[in-house]
Formats: sequence, structure tokens, C-alpha cells
Amino acid sequence: MNAIATIAGREIRDGLRNRWALGAVLLMAGLALTLAFLGSAPTGVVGASPLDVTVVSLSSLTIFLVPLIALLLSHDAIVGERDRGTLLLLLSYPLSRWQVLFGKFLGHLSILTVATVLGYGAAGVALALAAGEFDADSLASFARMVGSSVLLGAVFLALGYLISATVRERATAAGLAIGIWLVLVLLYDMALLGLLVADQGRTISAAAFNWLLLLDPADIFRLLNLAGLSKTSLFAGMAGLAEQMQFGRAVLLAALGAWVAVPLAFAAFVFSRKEP
Amino acid sequence: MTTSPTIFMQGVSKRYGDAYVVHDVDLSVAPGECVAVVGHNGAGKSTLVKMALGLLTPTAGRVTLLGENPAGRQAMAFRRRIGFLPENVAFSPAMTGREVLRFYARLKQVPLGVADQLLERVGLVAASRRRVGTYSKGMRQRLGLAQALLGEPRVLFLDEPTTGLDIESRQMFYDVMAELRDAGATLLLSSHALSDIEQADRVAIMKAGRMVACGALPELRRLADLPLRIRVHVTDGNAAREFTARRTVQWLDDLRFEFTCADDGKVEAIRSVSLLEGVSDIEVMSPTLVDLCDELTREAAE
Repeated sequence: MNAIATIAGREIRDGLRNRWALGAVLLMAGLALTLAFLGSAPTGVVGASPLDVTVVSLSSLTIFLVPLIALLLSHDAIVGERDRGTLLLLLSYPLSRWQVLFGKFLGHLSILTVATVLGYGAAGVALALAAGEFDADSLASFARMVGSSVLLGAVFLALGYLISATVRERATAAGLAIGIWLVLVLLYDMALLGLLVADQGRTISAAAFNWLLLLDPADIFRLLNLAGLSKTSLFAGMAGLAEQMQFGRAVLLAALGAWVAVPLAFAAFVFSRKEP
Repeated sequence: MTTSPTIFMQGVSKRYGDAYVVHDVDLSVAPGECVAVVGHNGAGKSTLVKMALGLLTPTAGRVTLLGENPAGRQAMAFRRRIGFLPENVAFSPAMTGREVLRFYARLKQVPLGVADQLLERVGLVAASRRRVGTYSKGMRQRLGLAQALLGEPRVLFLDEPTTGLDIESRQMFYDVMAELRDAGATLLLSSHALSDIEQADRVAIMKAGRMVACGALPELRRLADLPLRIRVHVTDGNAAREFTARRTVQWLDDLRFEFTCADDGKVEAIRSVSLLEGVSDIEVMSPTLVDLCDELTREAAE
């Protein structure tokens, strides 16, 4: 256990020293603040809480940004150390490979958590100062959004390690990371939409469609935050989807958890088989 | 204490596709012994060291380290007492030397004070708060040695430890190695520097993945039976005419010639040369390590 903490500590220190953590915090805070204030301008007309609108816009930000930051942190984790020549020495030490991997995961997840909480928290605090009180419901959905953003980050960290443990070249890892981001964040949704249009509801039932959504962690995140509340789903244009939603919040969270655990386990398996 | 070998390899091979990197190697290193593995680049030295450490799994054969499978579960327990200095050692460039050593000390569960003492031992105290990225090759190598010394290792693997080091650093390495041996540690080092090999009890010569010879240096010299070269300086080119007519010699210029003689004919040859008129100097040149390796490799091939 001590070994895992030591590895995690080194990753955090490395992240701070490389200005990685700082960059992530500033980027997220900057974009979150921009979205919060641009997005809350028209709410007087709709009569909605500005925090609810911010949850919707920050959720969309998370889907693009958090996976990208996570993959940038993780895709180099193993192949980069192998390339620099630091991996060989580390593996001669009294710790097993899954401890190396898990330590890195904890370290990177800490950086990501701090960046998300600070970045989005800054937006929340700024809104509170500008708009006054929020109701408990809105606060809860804001907190859920921040929490599930971290969970989505964990998914893409795990996917990044799987890439990093598998390939031999750093460039390949970077290419694959971009590919995974494109597919899961952009292309899968488009393909699904195309499929639905072409199918015209003949073969794909609502239930089957819901299952198809579980195959993409970004869609699970969307369902969790945008379709979860009747208030937010209305703004997000996902009300129609929410009505047909057959999975509860627990199922969605479990599915996202599986998206962390399975790639991480695979990464550990591949890493343990690979020669340094 | 039993006399079972600390490092033991039997019929060990490592193959990638059709190419053997290491082919059917037997090696046994007794507790407290220092064995040097020599050979050209790509002879399989580093691969051999990695297999002994359990970092690579051999394609065939058996490896034990301190009586256990080095890649097995039990090996975790004794890895704390094993030191390894990889070839071209590298560290996270953003960390300082002190942070690097403390990181490795934590992993080996060694008190952090020991890490600071080791920094002093390898002469890096002044640079300990600088980032490793700014270190020279020699400083990185010293830091590499310091991490290998954490936890008072019983077995040390040094892969080309002195490559690219200046004389002072090299001497520091030899001092440390001598200390370790006095403390009873077992050493396996790979090298192509002759001065490294003189620190070893036995030398194993590798060529294209095979171990062509293994023994103490004088023993290997005898085995190779290479002739010595004797170089004679004369004050007058005509002085030694009578001698050079009797023996095959090679003139380097007007005043210097060389001839070869067998090891056991050395004394007699020097005596006869020294009696000649006008001889100003005599140099006796032992075969170099390169000559020795090449000769033993050639013999093994035949």
C-alpha cells in the first residue's frame, strides 16, 4: 500500500512541477467562468435558476474537456517511462506492476479531481456571489455534475493506461488517444443518430437504444446530468429522451464505474505480460 | 550459511523470433563473488542481467537468484536487498536528485536519512537540490549508483557502470565496489573496460549470445595462450643486427623493433635482448582484453 502511495505522490509532484495541474485548473476555471456568465444572461426570461443552466453548459464542457485532459495525462504513463528508460529500474524494485499502475491512476485522478473541483467550484462561487441564494436542488445537481465529471475523467484515465500499456511507441499512444477521444466523444453519437434516422424506429426499440447509450461513457455522463432532472433536461433538450429512460441513476453510475474498472483491469493485465 | 550460488543460470536462452540474444548460457556466482561479463555491444550482456533480475523471462533454461525464481512472488521479499544500476540510467528530469533518491528509498522502505548519506557518499550533495534534467552523464551515473546502494544490498547488478565516466568518478565506483565486497555482497557487472574487469574474481566472455569462456583473468590469459610483444629501443640501428638476423622482428622505425614471444619464454627473451649493445629501453606488452576476447572467441568457434 505504501508503494502505491509513493508512486501516486511522485505523479502528483511531477504534475505540479510540469505545470500540468496548474494548466488544467486554469483552463477549466476559465472556460467554466465564461460559460457560467454567458449562459446565465438569458435566464431571467425562462425564470430558471442560473445554477441549473450552468450545470447544463458545464456538463457539455466536461464531455469535451475532461476526457481530453485525462487522456493527455495517462496515454504516456507507461510507454513514456519505457521510452525514457525509467521503467526498467522501477520494475526491479520491490513493487508489482499493478501497484505501479494503480499508483499512477491515483496520482492522476487526484490532479484531475483538484482541477475539476477548483475550476468548476470557482464558477459556482462566482455565480453565487453574482446571483445570491440557490435552492438545494440546484446545488445537489451541481455537486452531482462535478462528481460525475471526475468519474468520467477516471474512465478516460483508465482507457489511456490501456493504450499506454499496449503500444511500443509514444507517437502511437498519442494517436490512439486522439482516436479514442474522437470516437467516444464525437463520432459515436453521430453514428447513433445516423442509425436512428436511417432506421426510422422500425427495428431499434427505445430499450435497445438505451442500451446502446451505455456503450459510450460520454453518453452515460450525459444521461446522468442532463436527463436526470426534469428541470435541466428541459433546457438541455433531452426531455424526450428522459421520458423513455429505463435506467435509474444507480445503474448509470454502475455502468460508468464498469467503464473505469474494466479498462484498468485490462491495462494491468497487459502491463504484467509485457517485457519492460 | 550454505554455499549454494547467489546467482544461478542453467541452459538459459532468450530468443526474439528466430534470433537468439542469449544462447544456452550457464553461469553460477557464489556468495561474495564478483563476476564481470564482457563482450561487444549486442553480445547479450544486458539481456543476461535482466534475466538474472527477473525482468525478462528466459525462453529456455532455469534462473535462480538467492535460491528463488527472480520473477516469482517470493522475489518481492528480497528485492529490497538487491541493487541494480541499469545501462544508461535515467530519472524523471523534473525531480531534484534528492527527491529522486528519497522516492527510491521509500519504495525500498529505507529510512530517508540513509538516502541523504548516500548522496554524500557519491559526491552529489552540492547538486542534490538541482533538477536531474540539468545533470551531466557522470552525475546521473553517480545518482544511479546511490539508488543501487539503498538498503545495503546483498546482490548488486551493475550494467556498464563506468561507461562515460571520468577517472575520478571511476575511482569512486571502484572504492564503493571494494567496500561492498568487504561487506560480503555479491556483484555481477557487465563492462567493456579493462580496468573494471580487474576488480572481478572471474570474467565471463560473451559473443553473439554465447558464453565463450569464463574464468579468472590469469587463467583466461593462459587459456588463450597469446604471445607477448616485446618492444626494444636501440641507440644505433646497426647495434642489434646480429639479434634481428636470428629472430623474426618487425622494425617500427630506425631505432625501434618489436618481436613476439610465448609467455613462458618471456624471461629468456628479455635476458638475451638486454645483453645487446646499444639497447636503451625494453617494453613488455601483455595482450589486451580485446586481443584476449577475440582469441577466445575464435578458439570457441573452431
